[in-house]
Amino acid sequence: MAEHESHEFDVVVVGAGGAGLRAAIEASAQGARTALVCKSLLGKAHTVMAEGGIAAALGNVYPDDDWRVHFRDTLRGGKLLNNWRMVQIQAQEAPDRVLELEEWGALFDRTEDGRILQRDFGGHRYARLAHVGDRTGLEMIRTLQHHAVHKGIDVFMECTITCLLKDDERIAGAFGYWRESGRFLLFNAPAVVLATGGIGKAYKITSNSWEYTGDGHALALWAGADLIDMECVQFHPTGMVWPPSVRGILVTEGVRGDGGVLRNADGDRFMFGYIPQMFRAETADTEEEADRWYTDKQNARRTPDLLPRDEVARAINTETKEGRGSPHGGVYLDIANRRDAEYIKRRLPSMYHQFLQLADVDITREAMEVGPTCHYMMGGVRVDAETQASTVPGLFAAGEVAGGAHGANRLGGNSLSDLLVFGRRAGLHAAEYARGLTARPTVDPGQIDELARHALRPFDAAGSENPYAIQQDLQECMHALVGIIRTEDELAKALEELAMLQDRASRVRVEGHRQYNPGWHLALDLGPLLAVSECITRAALERRESRGAQTRDDYPTTDPELAKINVVVRQQTGELSTALETRPPLPDDLAKLLEDA
Amino acid sequence: MTPRTVTMRVWRGDASGGDLKDYQVAAEEGEVVLDVLHRLQATQANDLAVRWNCKAGKCGSCSAEVNGVPRLTCMTRMNLLPPDEPITITPLRTFPVIRDLVTDVSFNYEKAKQAPAFKPRPREPDGTHRMRQQDIDRVQEFHKCIECFLCQDVCHFIRDHDDNKAAFAGPRMFVRYAELEMHPLDTNDRRQLLQDREGLGMCNITKCCTEVCPEGIHITDNAIIPLKERVVDARYDPVLWIGRKLRRRKS
Repeated sequence: MAEHESHEFDVVVVGAGGAGLRAAIEASAQGARTALVCKSLLGKAHTVMAEGGIAAALGNVYPDDDWRVHFRDTLRGGKLLNNWRMVQIQAQEAPDRVLELEEWGALFDRTEDGRILQRDFGGHRYARLAHVGDRTGLEMIRTLQHHAVHKGIDVFMECTITCLLKDDERIAGAFGYWRESGRFLLFNAPAVVLATGGIGKAYKITSNSWEYTGDGHALALWAGADLIDMECVQFHPTGMVWPPSVRGILVTEGVRGDGGVLRNADGDRFMFGYIPQMFRAETADTEEEADRWYTDKQNARRTPDLLPRDEVARAINTETKEGRGSPHGGVYLDIANRRDAEYIKRRLPSMYHQFLQLADVDITREAMEVGPTCHYMMGGVRVDAETQASTVPGLFAAGEVAGGAHGANRLGGNSLSDLLVFGRRAGLHAAEYARGLTARPTVDPGQIDELARHALRPFDAAGSENPYAIQQDLQECMHALVGIIRTEDELAKALEELAMLQDRASRVRVEGHRQYNPGWHLALDLGPLLAVSECITRAALERRESRGAQTRDDYPTTDPELAKINVVVRQQTGELSTALETRPPLPDDLAKLLEDA
Repeated sequence: MTPRTVTMRVWRGDASGGDLKDYQVAAEEGEVVLDVLHRLQATQANDLAVRWNCKAGKCGSCSAEVNGVPRLTCMTRMNLLPPDEPITITPLRTFPVIRDLVTDVSFNYEKAKQAPAFKPRPREPDGTHRMRQQDIDRVQEFHKCIECFLCQDVCHFIRDHDDNKAAFAGPRMFVRYAELEMHPLDTNDRRQLLQDREGLGMCNITKCCTEVCPEGIHITDNAIIPLKERVVDARYDPVLWIGRKLRRRKS
């Protein structure tokens, strides 16, 4: 058998961002022997880059806020495609999860009376985001990291999982390699929690780091689990656009929450021209009213600059396409006009720092240039709302890799509360599942040789394809053909190109040896990248309407009937297949919350 | 602007040894050192080992020494470096090399395990913790730490003195201790430990750590010196000393 080390655990958590850390903490607290596996060093996962805040209806700034309003905002923001039970759970449990972080040492910015301060964000009716300046993710990951470390959880750093193993229908473990040494390891474990984040590296312009190659989505798919809503890829409206090397780096929505407005090259606040019917009643239709809203939220309606992300991203896309963009193909985002330098530096320190250092722009005096950047995957592993269990026994998923909570479009701030709420639930139920088993599933050792051989193929392949070149071509393809605006022709063309890329990937070759070799790591990441890209493209073809992040030029309207279905992608007999499946209807009591304006 | 060609002089090797190697790489307008390393990796040296994540100065992964200075390569603009000279990139010197620019930073994670955990006082009757913003400003400064370990790298007490590492936690960990000690809710006392095991007394406040901190944390002035004062207070104040004895006896 191929050389490898073996480990025995009850629960293996793959991914150590907010969801993975919270899951591991919970599983461990339940008494499960828990492993936390992370692709990077601990504390560097994508959560660290989250900026604006954690959406939770604490009601500290607006006592009128409660879970019902949060529920309503999230479902409307998601264009009604969300798993309503997940939305309800998240809205109800988020405040407790935030207070728990405080109990573990997090220090959120404070209100005058010493409670947790909350800030305005797109699509949230009330100021709802608990935050620390514009570095909330850092506070969150560090707090969870310290807590996990003090609980003595076993952490496997710089370790990548390449395959899940099953015993019949059930999960039996996971197989992967140490990045540092290139050596293989096998986890024997009856329960696996996927918390691997998203897929941004399938796109050319993205706010995501190298890690975001859709690993968990692909691991689940290959293990036979259902994926849903894969067509729903969020483009954040405000990424940096200049200089080219920083294109895509995130500019927090907090800039708009704290008073920044969008303008086109003509100086027009163009968002007033893009207010959709669904949000008309609660959105200001004059600049005068929008400006008044910053100081008088009771009597003025909110600015359209804070419409949900899908609306703003599409608007910016249209403005630039129609020739009203900034010199570098974005639009202007200006906060200096409304706020003084001291306020900006206190509320948005890393934005100030980032623009000054990387773009020579002083945001306390000048406008930023911004444009859409691939940011977040709404779609993912189909899970049970209560337990986060996937359709494969023993496999759980939480955070970005899980589908359903955000429907067709996620509201800002809802990701961080999602990680905490569903991370905890996944850890809890994975531990319970493992405890409830009468016999531990076992790994068939025969699989190990095959997995090892597959992983090492890039070293001795006859081919000559450069993994970096394939990834770059994939990113070009997805950006051009499966981007913000889609058509059937382009999606079909993308499938052809993906097939060719898949073929090239089978001939990928890497130089050097197994020890810390990024070329090899990327060659292995191409597998999940290509798999999720195909899932996204196929799902986008199937949803013949425009809803949230899925915008079809050939089906420009929203079809109310299609709110009732999920596009499901699965791979159970080797071939990828898609299906349109009906979702459980929204119960009357919750439907009523949507009507209350 | 057309791309220019720069000479990247990169350390290639592993624990058994290595050398600087020169590469001619294109550099475009506005780029940072990490961009050029990535281009080098994608086009000429596929197996060049580099750590990175966010590429926006938020995660602290891409630390290396650029022309001898510890820096985040993702926040080091190419146009700040001398245009006509080779740019030398070497791994952090304080930590053992794994390969190329990647070092074994497990020292920092081991030290982190030793710090006694945060232990909050009970909540207010209404279920909240009340804190005034001005009372947490200082601790929030410490929470800005992105764990790039540049401060650890530059600290001369361990930079070329591996033997000292066992009894010295380093500036990063002093910041961690400071945030715990000064947290308005925390009830643990780590002062004795700081002196006896973590080597706080060994720091002779040359401020090298403060100078390299990409987050601008005043490590020496706001974390280390106040910690030293607290330790001194605890050790030499006879009233505190007796109080501590009594408390210990009670428990």
